[in-house]
Amino acid sequence: MSTPAVTTPSRWRALTRHHLFWPVAVLIALLLVNVPFTPDFFAIRMADGHLYGSLVSIVLFGSPLILVAVGMTLVIATGGIDLSVGAVVAITGALTCSYISDQADQNALAGVFLAMGIGLVAAVVCGLWNGFLVARMGIQPIIATLIIMVAGRGVAQLITDGQIITINSEPYKLIGGGYWLTLPFSIFVVAAVVAVTVALTRRTALGLLVESVGGNAEASRLVGIRSRRIKIMVYMFCALCAGIAGLMISSNTSAADGNNAGLWIELDAILAVVIGGTSLLGGRFSIGGTVIGALVIQTLTTTIYTIGVPTQTNLVFKAAVVIVVCLLQSPKFRAKVFGAKGARTTAPAEPATPADAAPKMEVSR
Amino acid sequence: MSATTKTRTAAEGRTASKPAPASAAARLLGDRRLPVLVTAGLFLAMYIGGLSRYQNYGFGEPQVFLNLFIDNSYLLVAAVGATFVIMSGGIDLSVGSLIGFTTMFTAWLVERQGLPLLLVIPLALGVGAFGGFLMGYVIHNFEIQPFIVTLAGLFLFRGLCLVISKESISISDSTVSSMAQTRVSLGLGELSIGAIVALVVLAAAFYILHYTRFGRRVYAIGGNEQSALLMGLPLGGTKIAVYTVSGFCSALAGLLFMLYIQSGDPLHAVGMELDAIAAVVIGGTLLTGGSGYVLGTLFGVLVLGLIKSIIQFEGTLSSWWTKIATGVLLCAFILIQRAMTTRKQT
Repeated sequence: MSTPAVTTPSRWRALTRHHLFWPVAVLIALLLVNVPFTPDFFAIRMADGHLYGSLVSIVLFGSPLILVAVGMTLVIATGGIDLSVGAVVAITGALTCSYISDQADQNALAGVFLAMGIGLVAAVVCGLWNGFLVARMGIQPIIATLIIMVAGRGVAQLITDGQIITINSEPYKLIGGGYWLTLPFSIFVVAAVVAVTVALTRRTALGLLVESVGGNAEASRLVGIRSRRIKIMVYMFCALCAGIAGLMISSNTSAADGNNAGLWIELDAILAVVIGGTSLLGGRFSIGGTVIGALVIQTLTTTIYTIGVPTQTNLVFKAAVVIVVCLLQSPKFRAKVFGAKGARTTAPAEPATPADAAPKMEVSR
Repeated sequence: MSATTKTRTAAEGRTASKPAPASAAARLLGDRRLPVLVTAGLFLAMYIGGLSRYQNYGFGEPQVFLNLFIDNSYLLVAAVGATFVIMSGGIDLSVGSLIGFTTMFTAWLVERQGLPLLLVIPLALGVGAFGGFLMGYVIHNFEIQPFIVTLAGLFLFRGLCLVISKESISISDSTVSSMAQTRVSLGLGELSIGAIVALVVLAAAFYILHYTRFGRRVYAIGGNEQSALLMGLPLGGTKIAVYTVSGFCSALAGLLFMLYIQSGDPLHAVGMELDAIAAVVIGGTLLTGGSGYVLGTLFGVLVLGLIKSIIQFEGTLSSWWTKIATGVLLCAFILIQRAMTTRKQT
């Protein structure tokens, strides 16, 4: 009689303590909110050999955000931040599209691959510059990446000459708007990038090194980790992810818009990372959490559309989400609001230890 | 022209950051006024360059110089607010959307609700200051990074703009248009009301930062928060006050912006926080806080304004060169700052 009563709460407790519990719970809650408004929300149907449905479109439209957010996660894990991803998205799209539009045959595979290569190399160069400023010159990441955020949009407009370049290339269209094996092709791209990232960070020591640099860069350097090199690498990786997202966005619309491509994506990406449970202070990260965080944001956008709330309140909702998530992550807030309550209720049984232990654990994890 | 700007900044940066063994250079590099002097010199050089190039097109007229103040009055006020925040070691990303929100809010109250302007102005300023206060409160009391809190503020105010109306609201109120057209003659040229308000704000900020207890506290907290706390300075009150000042300045900048273009639009002033931060940095305020001058911010704003008007005079250059030139300047000045701070540490 007493054994199940003990194990059930502890299992429940283990579940709620899991770092992905709250992001997943929020995602499921958001998805369920849709059901009363669109009863066939979870239905996925087959048409023209493609899968269609709200869930598919959430992943499809959310894929550039997932990519950018995964790159951002590693940067934030080293205690940095990258504001330039939106500009990198614009630059990559602009370079690739302007190269393709100059081709005689826009459907030639070689030309498309070369164009994508040029775009991605430009993105990586941007990342190298950011990493150089942060790691070598020791400039605060917010400011170092602000430079490309400001100048990058100008460069993108310079490349497109202030116009919106439209292209008509079938192979290029595949990345962001095409289908493969009945699913949107971009889902495979995202899955590949996420899988490679997880494999590199969790199957090798790389993830540990990134976390240790974020935890304490100076101490890592003293134990022999080349923290500068790790930082530069992380910024390059983030820019590469942003570059792929830029290819996806420009391919989906078959156009490059230097001014609006990837606008505000850096903020959404940071938001996704925060929702996913990665601390902005650095030192720990969760790629899975970030993917779920990005899906939460995309679902929120979709939900606002489907339940008929005026779309202009989208930003207010996002602001509310940022504030709530940050307050919940803040040890001081929890100590003030929940800690006081928890201490009062548990005081007779075990004096004050849980109230003390909980915030500490969250910080160190 | 912007190409020459670029080379000139690069040259300035090189001479300033050259690790010369001469003690005179070291002393110059250690001087906290150096960035302000460099910016002032840059402004002068750009102005003289413009003068020699566009002399026949009326660049030399005093009114062209005064127009820098008229066309950038809102940016100056916003940048002054940002100076307080950056000086205290924080950052405020909500400036642009708070400006946009203020234009929308006032346009809506004046046009749709028919309230008199004299009532709307204090209301808008109050809302801005309260928004800044709330952000400061959360930043201090819950120890969340200023970056993320003001990011939420950015989303919130931009969202509120759109909640008020998705469409732009043009203001046809007679008081507003007469105020916008009023020009005060200075003998050589004339200034708008907005420019005068901006200069008054600048003077007030100068006085507050350099001659009051509050100003010294802002410097102290920016220099080293821990030491300031141990010295017994009221950390929380000062921090919250700094963000309140920034919110107030943003709202005032919004009013000036509304006066300048006489409409409210949910997309007004998108990204102006970056211009404001760039102006502050170019003006020589240290991004880590604790060092800088509000007069430097004035020069920072003037340099940004001069880039814009030179591009206008050139005629063939496109507007995106403004962004590129701003980025290049930002980069050069950050590197100068870096050279200065490493010098001090060793």
